[in-house]
Amino acid sequence: MSDMTAVQGTKSNGLAQPIYLDYQATTPCDPRVVEAMLPYFTERFGNPASRNHYYGWEAEEAVEKAREEIATIIGADAKEIVFTSGATESNNLALKGVAYFYREKKNHIITVVTEHKCVLDSCRHLEQDGFRVTYLPVQKNGLIRLEELEAAITDQTVMVSVMAANNEIGVIQPLAEIGAICRKHGVFFHTDGAQAVGKIPLDVNAMNIDLMSISAHKIYGPKGIGALYVRRRPRVRLQALINGGGQERGMRSGTLATPLCVGLGEACRIAQAEMDEEAKRLTALRDRLLKGVSDRLPEVYLNGDAKLRLPGNLNISFAFVEGEGLMMGVKDIAVSSGSACTSASLEPSYVLRALGLDAEMAHTSLRIGIGRFTTEQEIDYAINHIVEAVSRLRELSPLWEMHLEGIDIKSIKWAGH
Amino acid sequence: MSYSEKVIDHYEHPRNVGAFKKDDDGVGTGLVGAPACGDVMKLQIKVSAEGVIEDAKFKTFGCGSAIASSSLVTEWVKGKTLDEAAKIKNTDIAHHLALPPVKIHCSVLAEDAIKAAIADYKKKNGLDETSAA
Ligand SMILES: Cc1ncc(COP(=O)(O)O)c(C=O)c1O
Repeated sequence: MSDMTAVQGTKSNGLAQPIYLDYQATTPCDPRVVEAMLPYFTERFGNPASRNHYYGWEAEEAVEKAREEIATIIGADAKEIVFTSGATESNNLALKGVAYFYREKKNHIITVVTEHKCVLDSCRHLEQDGFRVTYLPVQKNGLIRLEELEAAITDQTVMVSVMAANNEIGVIQPLAEIGAICRKHGVFFHTDGAQAVGKIPLDVNAMNIDLMSISAHKIYGPKGIGALYVRRRPRVRLQALINGGGQERGMRSGTLATPLCVGLGEACRIAQAEMDEEAKRLTALRDRLLKGVSDRLPEVYLNGDAKLRLPGNLNISFAFVEGEGLMMGVKDIAVSSGSACTSASLEPSYVLRALGLDAEMAHTSLRIGIGRFTTEQEIDYAINHIVEAVSRLRELSPLWEMHLEGIDIKSIKWAGH
Repeated sequence: MSYSEKVIDHYEHPRNVGAFKKDDDGVGTGLVGAPACGDVMKLQIKVSAEGVIEDAKFKTFGCGSAIASSSLVTEWVKGKTLDEAAKIKNTDIAHHLALPPVKIHCSVLAEDAIKAAIADYKKKNGLDETSAA
């Protein structure tokens, strides 16, 4: 853990700005990351592909050092790292790149209903293009069933894509077991590691991972950069989505953004050095927050597995209180909600629905993301703030009133709209 | 999503929160919306012998705009006759609160809640069956 002062300082009366508790959405850049990046905007501005002069060499050296740092955190080789613009692009490249390259031989992909939109949307795109996609369901705790995965594999299956950790409920899938199944059947295993890299130990060889998507801005690095790990032995081949000068061994053309590459590398270096301690600290803060609110409020439910989850993630349903209304009530903290109202659609979170949660419970959820700069004092403030807001809104809730009167809200015939 | 000052004011200082006894003959109760859709409003009116709404209470499960819409209508219906109250339009509510397009359904629900409360009152008191929903 670093001893940097919190980005969001609490003042004695009230707050300068809301306390940031949305670390799954994005993270601030670690000042050490910014420090490492700065020279590459100005003095060391060379194009890393300029092979014939000092400026190019200097930039290339920095990029290769970053590549090494990224590879190290997942137990890979630097040659297996392809820089991209972020995990969205990495997921697109992994799914479409592999699917198109091997399309003459195989046309089936297996993924999971709780994947990030960019995986699901890439799969939809492939379906429209004639591929077959199986979307595995998840159990109540958010984890897939390994038997179901294995049963879904056919001789047409080219790839299995299962995210390492979920962005909404933080649950960690059994990667090593999935990898073993994939290897046994000769199927590539891609994992979206955007939320997991730097937070939990990952090893592409021990876990038989063939492709992994990485995002910098989830691990205190800059926005706009990510990476895709692509295994060399046995070799995974892909068709490039972006054609051009042949950078990144032809897999992703375009001039590398040296400062961003350096930022991602430094973010990985720090994350790896501090992972154990940070995980312990964040787990303690997470447990403190959950205990703090559940001790003082009835009808509070944790969504997603309690143990197999990211150290810094909570997703809690506060029954009988609507999520968006609640977010407005907890305005001193910046969190997000699985409620429909926060998105343009009227559907509540598809991830929560996939757990088998009733729509009404999905509407009452808050996602709370705790991270490197969160302090215990902020957690204690958040506990009080949430407890007060939930209590106040329950006083306002006709559903809470019915609950207290012993009426089961499911017994009522609601009209809907 | 940013909220208008009026929505924030009603959200932070909701008017007429609470409940009347459902069984009172002078009370009409409207319960509209659905938990699965993310909003439920309960609006109650207390009607005088002369057919004037003397008091109103609400409870709402929903977003800030839903809470504000129902809080606002409790203010608006007070002092009105049933017929006058039945004329309150969702567009007036939406306009007053400056609701954005995605929140119009909150004002529609508030209008429905008034109508449902009036219908309940009338049904209980054997008045004008035709408008009972
Ligand atoms: C699990 C997961 N995958 C992919 C992404 C997309 O990452 P990026 O913002 O780097 O494109 C995110 C972040 O929103 C994520 O949480």
